Amino acid sequence: MYDVAIIGCGVVGAATAYALSRYDMKVVVLEAENDVAEGATKANSAILHAGFDPEPNTSMARLNVDGIALAKQICDRLDVPYKICGSLVLALSPEELPHLQHLYDNGIANGVPDIHLLSAEETLQREPNLSKTVQGALWAPSAGIISPWEYALAMIEVAVRNGVELRRSCPVSNIRKKDGVFSVSIPSDTVEAKYVINAAGVYSDKIHNMICKPSFHIIPTRGEYYVLDKNEGELVHSTIFQCPSKVGKGVLVSPTVDGNLIVGPNAEEVGPEDRGCTAAGLSFIAETARRSVPGFSLGDSIRNFAGVRANVDTGDFIIGEAPDVENFIDLAGIKSPGLSSSAAIALEVIKIFQKKRVLPEKKKDYKDGRKKIHFKQLSAEEKAKLVHEHPEYGRVICRCETVTEGEILNAIHSDVPARTIDGVKRRCNAGMGRCQGGFCGPRVLEILCRELHIDPLQVLQDRDGSYVLESETKQGGKHHV
Amino acid sequence: MYDLVVIGGGPAGLAAAYQAYQHGLRNILILERDKELGGILNQCIHNGFGLHRFGEQLTGPEYAGRFIKMLNDTNVQVSLDTMVLDVTPDKKVHCVSKKEGYRIIDAKSVILCMGCRERTRGAIGIPGTRPAGIYTAGTAQRYANIEGYMVGKRVLILGSGDIGLIMARRMTLEGAKVLACVELMPYSSGLTRNIVQCLQDFNIPLYLSHTITDIQGNGRVEKVIVAKVGPDRKPIPGTEMEFDCDTILLSVGLIPENELTRQAGIEMDPHTKGAVVYENMETSIPGVFASGNVVQVHDLVDFVSGESELAGASAAEYVEKGEPESGRVLNLQVGDGVGYTVPQRVRMGNVDKNVTVSFRVRRIYGTSSIVVKSGDTVVARFKRERMTPGEMEHITLPRVLLEKAPQDTLTVQAEEAQKS
Ligand SMILES: Cc1cc2nc3c(=O)[nH]c(=O)nc-3n(C[C@H](O)[C@H](O)[C@H](O)COP(=O)(O)OP(=O)(O)OC[C@H]3O[C@@H](n4cnc5c(N)ncnc54)[C@H](O)[C@@H]3O)c2cc1C
Ligand SMILES: Cc1cc2nc3c(=O)[nH]c(=O)nc-3n(C[C@H](O)[C@H](O)[C@H](O)COP(=O)(O)OP(=O)(O)OC[C@H]3O[C@@H](n4cnc5c(N)ncnc54)[C@H](O)[C@@H]3O)c2cc1C
Repeated sequence: MYDVAIIGCGVVGAATAYALSRYDMKVVVLEAENDVAEGATKANSAILHAGFDPEPNTSMARLNVDGIALAKQICDRLDVPYKICGSLVLALSPEELPHLQHLYDNGIANGVPDIHLLSAEETLQREPNLSKTVQGALWAPSAGIISPWEYALAMIEVAVRNGVELRRSCPVSNIRKKDGVFSVSIPSDTVEAKYVINAAGVYSDKIHNMICKPSFHIIPTRGEYYVLDKNEGELVHSTIFQCPSKVGKGVLVSPTVDGNLIVGPNAEEVGPEDRGCTAAGLSFIAETARRSVPGFSLGDSIRNFAGVRANVDTGDFIIGEAPDVENFIDLAGIKSPGLSSSAAIALEVIKIFQKKRVLPEKKKDYKDGRKKIHFKQLSAEEKAKLVHEHPEYGRVICRCETVTEGEILNAIHSDVPARTIDGVKRRCNAGMGRCQGGFCGPRVLEILCRELHIDPLQVLQDRDGSYVLESETKQGGKHHV
Repeated sequence: MYDLVVIGGGPAGLAAAYQAYQHGLRNILILERDKELGGILNQCIHNGFGLHRFGEQLTGPEYAGRFIKMLNDTNVQVSLDTMVLDVTPDKKVHCVSKKEGYRIIDAKSVILCMGCRERTRGAIGIPGTRPAGIYTAGTAQRYANIEGYMVGKRVLILGSGDIGLIMARRMTLEGAKVLACVELMPYSSGLTRNIVQCLQDFNIPLYLSHTITDIQGNGRVEKVIVAKVGPDRKPIPGTEMEFDCDTILLSVGLIPENELTRQAGIEMDPHTKGAVVYENMETSIPGVFASGNVVQVHDLVDFVSGESELAGASAAEYVEKGEPESGRVLNLQVGDGVGYTVPQRVRMGNVDKNVTVSFRVRRIYGTSSIVVKSGDTVVARFKRERMTPGEMEHITLPRVLLEKAPQDTLTVQAEEAQKS
């Protein structure tokens, strides 16, 4: 019997597991996919929003501002890449200037630090590659960019190291409650727990409705993106937003923590599994983004992707115990800025437990912190020393991102081990570069087989069913390692 | 201190190193990231290599093998499984390997031979979901020919580059069904002989002026939608065809691998996406040369070898005599119908008898001429029966003609013959 079962291991489930792992309780995380951070958490804009968007006095406003302050601390502690680069909301026509004022007022009310309005000249001075039609901007220096999946991974890794149990490939199909104990059904097993936390993202209404009266409805809303080569990464140095307009929600252009440029998203209501890109969507974001940053080269695109937001008909995040089912806690409808807010959302859970007077003592031997080796970022001397001591860092596997065998081995043998080619990619960047795994894919596959003692035909690219190889050739696989 | 460090041990690096040795350099090191020499040729087990050079049909490994054998009789050193991470303008080469650790190697001259990589799905923004089963043709080739695995059994090929065409045949011979080859342009970007031998001989349809408009499938590719495109290369609604397949191979172009070149601060050419080179394959940093696919994407390895021998000989000359007298410098420019030229610059002081210029045309030409102009003056004119973007063109410009150029720029252009 567990104290707590968390359903879903996106950034919200991971942050909650990390927060709870400090306390002396038995926690299990049930994740439907074969890896963590496979939902909205791996496909978003990766922005730590400053917090001027949400209307004042919403939980979104409060959790956003608190969340990014916490995110910065957690990233420092857990060695997660992030950068406080600031953000600009542009007014591209005189009619849009009042909107900036509105956002400014929101920001002040929400307690966003150091925001101010810039003139057109000041804006262009900051970012010379913006459209010359810019009329002014709202500058928010506290905004940043982050590696979203690494953030989630880092938190769940530390949680697991401290005793939280993570069960992947465990889609929850049913929840029952008897004598104060929840029975949560997963394939060929049932998990019992005193508390259930619903962090199932775009499926959080389905999970809620398994045991509670329907009280909200998720409206899955897709956003599509371009990721451009690092050649384009210097085009802007902060996150560039537009004012939302009649033609649609503003499209952003931003550097990423890896030094690429990201362009997107649009917003379109879809089904929860509609993670594909469309020709219309892609051309819309490219055209719209050019209104603010005209000069990016789509020839340098290395990847398109789409993520699905868990938008919700109630407007605000849904955080708290369900009114009709005691000890069932919803963390639902966590749309944007959910990534920014996740650490603060997790603390809401702690507060709920505190209020219920059920929070146990903190663990005495808690092992916080995390340190990763990023070969590429070391100086020549540090590289030399590392390779001397650990020769596996001397073999570069991913040539676009300079990722070594040592880093791939760390990914496969981490607290939340990589099991797939994309699992390796999310943990150490191999395959993330301009050749998108064309060169290193076969080599990562080889290492996975060797380390996990599996056959090449069993290796998955990513989700279940995404097998890489079909069969041996007529001559047969003479796989050599 | 090495006389010459060659980065990359593909056909370019092998030929360059051998030629530098023939020209008297004795202290030569080849650095190769892979476990074997030979570069991309190791996975090209089909034949057709070496017709120009050896007058024989060799496979890729056989062709590479001939050069490796020639090198065996020299004292050229080779470090395999060694990745070059950085080349500095003062010719220090930073590299790393499991065996030898991190090294900073001093070189009197350097030849960049890093080859190229394939364009991926992201580069051309194909809509649809993102399942497994979408590979570049070269990755599928590596799996099939080196690792011994097939990536799928019902295959659609996007793009008609040579690697895709060759994989159409290879996958078919291995028992897969290749449903079609789909090409955006109204002509193929591959060699004519490959269209015939790899598609027509196996009844694989080639859809010119078509593209993929949607990919469906979650775990693995399940369905692909293909549509005809208009002259603006945009899909024409109503022309969609559906293919049930589990695999897409992309053969949509190669891009020279110039990360090191760029980091070193070497001047780049936006047309070739490689270094700007002089008549002797020297880059903008004296003593640093480049050759092979890292400079321009070749279709025939024979030409890679030729270009690289020039680079090797030039490096030897640089080490022995220093920078050549430059004299007058001619800049080559891209004119009508021409995509790029290599070299981009010619130092007259370094031209003995003539200079060979390679380039590609931008569309198919029938009977036509290649015209080299300096201002309004026609310096040279070469007749051609047919030119296609899929096949590299070469012209040889004699020094005597170059001397007559009134201006310091030369424009290379393609002209359709006047119909009379
Ligand atoms: C296009 C887009 C742009 C965005 N941009 C930003 C941004 O710039 N900044 C920002 O702060 N936020 C942004 N967001 C929002 C942010 O990404 C999300 O709020 C955040 O990732 C939500 O995390 P989550 O853990 O709630 O959901 P998810 O990451 O979706 O995780 C939910 C998890 O639950 C699992 N699950 C579902 N059903 C079951 C089941 N039955 N059993 C077990 N597990 C289940 C899923 O597999 C998944 O792993 C954006 C979102 C999108 C889509
Ligand atoms: C799939 C394919 C099929 C082809 N088919 C034919 C054909 O049928 N007939 C024909 O004549 N030609 C063919 N070609 C063309 C010909 O093989 C190529 O033009 C030729 O291989 C290019 O030689 P290269 O040495 O420039 O590049 P490559 O062969 O790519 O060699 C580059 C080498 O550099 C190494 N390298 C790169 N970066 C580093 C680094 N940082 N540190 C250390 N080493 C590095 C690489 O590992 C590689 O070994 C084909 C090419 C391809 C790709």
